[in-house]
Amino acid sequence: MLDAKDFALLAQVADGLPLCPRPYAQIGMELGMDEAEVITRLAALKAQGLIKRLGVIVKHRPLGYRANAMVVWDVPDDLIKELGTYISRFSFVNLCYQRPRQPEWPYNLYCMIHGKDRATVLAQLEALNEASALADYDRQILFSRRCFKQRGAVYQRTAMSS
Amino acid sequence: MLTDLHKHLLNDFQRDFPLSPTPYRDIADTLGVTEAEVLAALAELNEQQYISRIGAVIPPNHIGASTLVAMAVPEAELQTVADQISAFPEVNHNYEREHRFNLWFVAVAATAQQLQNVIERIEQQTGYAALQLPLVDDFYIDLGFKLDWQHA
Repeated sequence: MLDAKDFALLAQVADGLPLCPRPYAQIGMELGMDEAEVITRLAALKAQGLIKRLGVIVKHRPLGYRANAMVVWDVPDDLIKELGTYISRFSFVNLCYQRPRQPEWPYNLYCMIHGKDRATVLAQLEALNEASALADYDRQILFSRRCFKQRGAVYQRTAMSS
Repeated sequence: MLTDLHKHLLNDFQRDFPLSPTPYRDIADTLGVTEAEVLAALAELNEQQYISRIGAVIPPNHIGASTLVAMAVPEAELQTVADQISAFPEVNHNYEREHRFNLWFVAVAATAQQLQNVIERIEQQTGYAALQLPLVDDFYIDLGFKLDWQHA
């Protein structure tokens, strides 16, 4: 089970590691743990899947990936896991989620595709359609325009003790 | 301009960041440079907005509560409304997208109740309805983002 120290640590590393020679020692100082405890706890959180990955988190746009589309489909509930798992294997698919349909928004399968330009993203989407049954279902393509904010999740630490 | 060191740092360390007392020195040893060079290059990438951070990606809803939210906002008001929403510390991603639902953001809080309070405050402040689309299932295994330098 996670304890309050794990929650505090997750909040801290979601926000970012400091750029200094002993980053885990520095985080530990702020949270009242020694360096070894920080490292042991982070390794355990990774092993449990509570840290999906730890490393450099790039911004796509400055690196030339200017086209980003959120594509949503309305697929049968009994096929969604199979379809979602299948399209997640394509290298240009960056996220793949199921979300609930809403009255004004009848879509349940979401994926994110990043590409250098719009034509590339549309070609990639076409490849997905050809390789799967997705072409049969209603979909919407929502290219992004302005990015107003991008950063790690900030969890309010005060209410996190469990 | 991006140097070879920058490119390696951007591409090679998106996952499995060293869990040793001196991760930056380990990276430096792998790349055959000094720890100081690694720290300086990462600081440059940070300043130039190539990276958002060196940190952890945490799967949604494993700790706390979160939801994707869509809003339909008239074009003339979009920047103002987006700025109001970005000002909430609970909001971490906030994008304009090409659709009648043109503003898409993610809100995160410690509990489901706190999340609903935040969404209500956002609706009150902006005057627009929030379409909540929380995660049901996650099919994606995050291995980072493979960068293609050939056509950069």
